[in-house]
Amino acid sequence: MARMKFLCDADRCIECNACVTACKNEHEVPWGINRRRVVTINDGKPGERSISMACMHCTDAPCAAVCPTNAFYTTADAVVLHSKDICIGCGYCFYACPFGAPQYPKVGNFGSRGKMDKCTFCAGGPEADGSKEEFEKYGTNRLAAGKLPLCAEMCSTKSLLAGDGEIIAQIYKERVVKRGYGSGAWGWKTAYKETIAS
Amino acid sequence: MALFARIRIFVGALALLMLAVMAAPVVAQQPSSVNPTASSVKEDQLLQQLQQVQGRITIPDAKAATLIQPAGQSWRQFHEVTLPWIGGIAILGMLALLVIFYLTRGMVRIESGRSGRTIVRFNAFERFVHWMTATCFIILGLTGLNITFGKELLLPLFGAEGFATWSQWGKYLHNYLSFAFTLGVILILLIWVAGNIPNQVDVDWIKRGGGMTGKDHPPAYRFNAGQKVIYWIVVIGGGAVAVSGYLLMFPFYATDIAGMQLAQIVHGTVAVLFVAAMLAHIYIGTIGMEGAFEAMGTGTVDVNWAKQHHSLWLEREVTNVRAGASQAQPHATPAE
Repeated sequence: MARMKFLCDADRCIECNACVTACKNEHEVPWGINRRRVVTINDGKPGERSISMACMHCTDAPCAAVCPTNAFYTTADAVVLHSKDICIGCGYCFYACPFGAPQYPKVGNFGSRGKMDKCTFCAGGPEADGSKEEFEKYGTNRLAAGKLPLCAEMCSTKSLLAGDGEIIAQIYKERVVKRGYGSGAWGWKTAYKETIAS
Repeated sequence: MALFARIRIFVGALALLMLAVMAAPVVAQQPSSVNPTASSVKEDQLLQQLQQVQGRITIPDAKAATLIQPAGQSWRQFHEVTLPWIGGIAILGMLALLVIFYLTRGMVRIESGRSGRTIVRFNAFERFVHWMTATCFIILGLTGLNITFGKELLLPLFGAEGFATWSQWGKYLHNYLSFAFTLGVILILLIWVAGNIPNQVDVDWIKRGGGMTGKDHPPAYRFNAGQKVIYWIVVIGGGAVAVSGYLLMFPFYATDIAGMQLAQIVHGTVAVLFVAAMLAHIYIGTIGMEGAFEAMGTGTVDVNWAKQHHSLWLEREVTNVRAGASQAQPHATPAE
C-alpha cells in the first residue's frame, strides 16, 4: 500500500483556485465550507508565493489525538478519515490541526458547530465505497475507483501533486534538479516530519 | 591502414563526447543564475520568525488565511498530557485527602448537642440560587470531564456509537446549562458579596486553624474565612470558566486560533481545579460536619451549631431580632 500525500509546488502555483472549485463541485461541499483553499503569502510583494492547502493526512495526526470521541481513523493508504456518526462537533481538531483543515457547518443556535467536514483525499468515509450514504456525508470516493484526488488531477500547472508520497517526492526532486530551484514541500516537516532536499 | 583510420574515428568521437559531457554542466547552470526562490518567502524562515505562516485568502473565512500553525502541537500536548495530569492529581488527590481527613477527624459534631431551637440561615431565594448553580455545576463538571477523560474511561464501556451519543448529549447539556450556571454565579456574587469581604476576624480564624482542623471554634460572622475562600473560588473561578467557555462556544467571534487555544487551556485548567475545590465544599456540607447540610436544605440551622461555628453572626442576628421586637413594641402601644 502506498503512503498518500499532498505536495504543493509553490513555484508553480498561480493561485487560480481551480483546485478549490473542483473540490467543492466534486464533493458537493456545502456553502461556507472549504476543504481546500489557496493562501497567498507576501501578496503583491516580491517573492510572493501561493500555496494550495487542505488536510495533509499527517503522520501521527494531531486531530485524531485530541478528538474526545476518537472519531478519526487512518486507512491502509495512510489517509486520515473520520466518522460523522461519531463526531460531536466540539471543534478541538481545528485547534490542534496545523493546517486549518477541519471545517464545521454552522447549525443550530449561537456559533454552534455541526459535524466536522474535511478533505478526505477523495477517499470517502466509513460507509461502503461508492454508496449514496458515503457520498452524502463525505463526497465522492475516487480512490476506491482507482483515481487520485481531483484537485491535483486537474491542476493546470501541475503544482499540486497527490499520490504515493515517494513518487510525488521523486517528481518534485526531478523538477528541482531540472529547473535548478525549489522552495521546498510546504507543510511536509509539520505533517510528515520529513522534507524533500532541494 | 583501415584499422588505423577506424581507431582515429573512434578516438575522435570519444573526444567529442567528452567535450559534450564537460560542456553539459555549463549549459545546465545557465538558468540557475536566475533563481526565483532566492528572493521568495521560505517556510522555515516564516515559521522561525512568526511561529506561524500567515497569508491572504480570497474566501470570506478570515481564519483560513493561517496556512500553518505549529502551535497546535503544543495545544495537543496540553490537552492530551498536561490537562489529564492536572485534573487527575487535583481531583483524585482531593478525594484521597478527604478520605484521610474523614478517617482521622470524622464528622465534626455539634459539641453541646442540638438545642432543638433553630434559626434561619438561608432564605428560599438564596437556597434556590445555590441549588440551581450546584445542579448546573455537577452536570457541567461531569460532561466537561467527559471531554478530557471520557475516551479513556467510558468509551471502552459504552462502545464507539454509544459513547458518541452520550457525548453529543453531553455537549448540548454543557452548552445550554452554561447560561443558568452563569446566571447563578452572578446572583451568588450579588447576594452574598456583603458577607464575604475579608476582615480582621478572618485573620484570627485562620491563625486558629478554623473549625475543621483547629481544636477550638474561632468566632466568625455569617461566613468564616474558609467559606469566603469557597465564595471567591466560585465567583472568580466561575467567572473564568464562563468567559473562556463562551469564547469556545462562539468560536472565532472574538479571538484568533491562538486565542481559542488559550481559552481552552484556561477553561480546562480552571474547571478541573474548580471541581476539586467543590469536592471539599460538598464534603464539609454533608458528611464532614453535623448540622451543616440543613443550612442549605431546610434553610434553618440549630442554634447550638450557629453558636459553635458562627458565634458573631448568631449574636448579631439575636440582637437584630430583639431590636426588631423592641421596635415593634412602641408601634403596638399607641393603638391602645
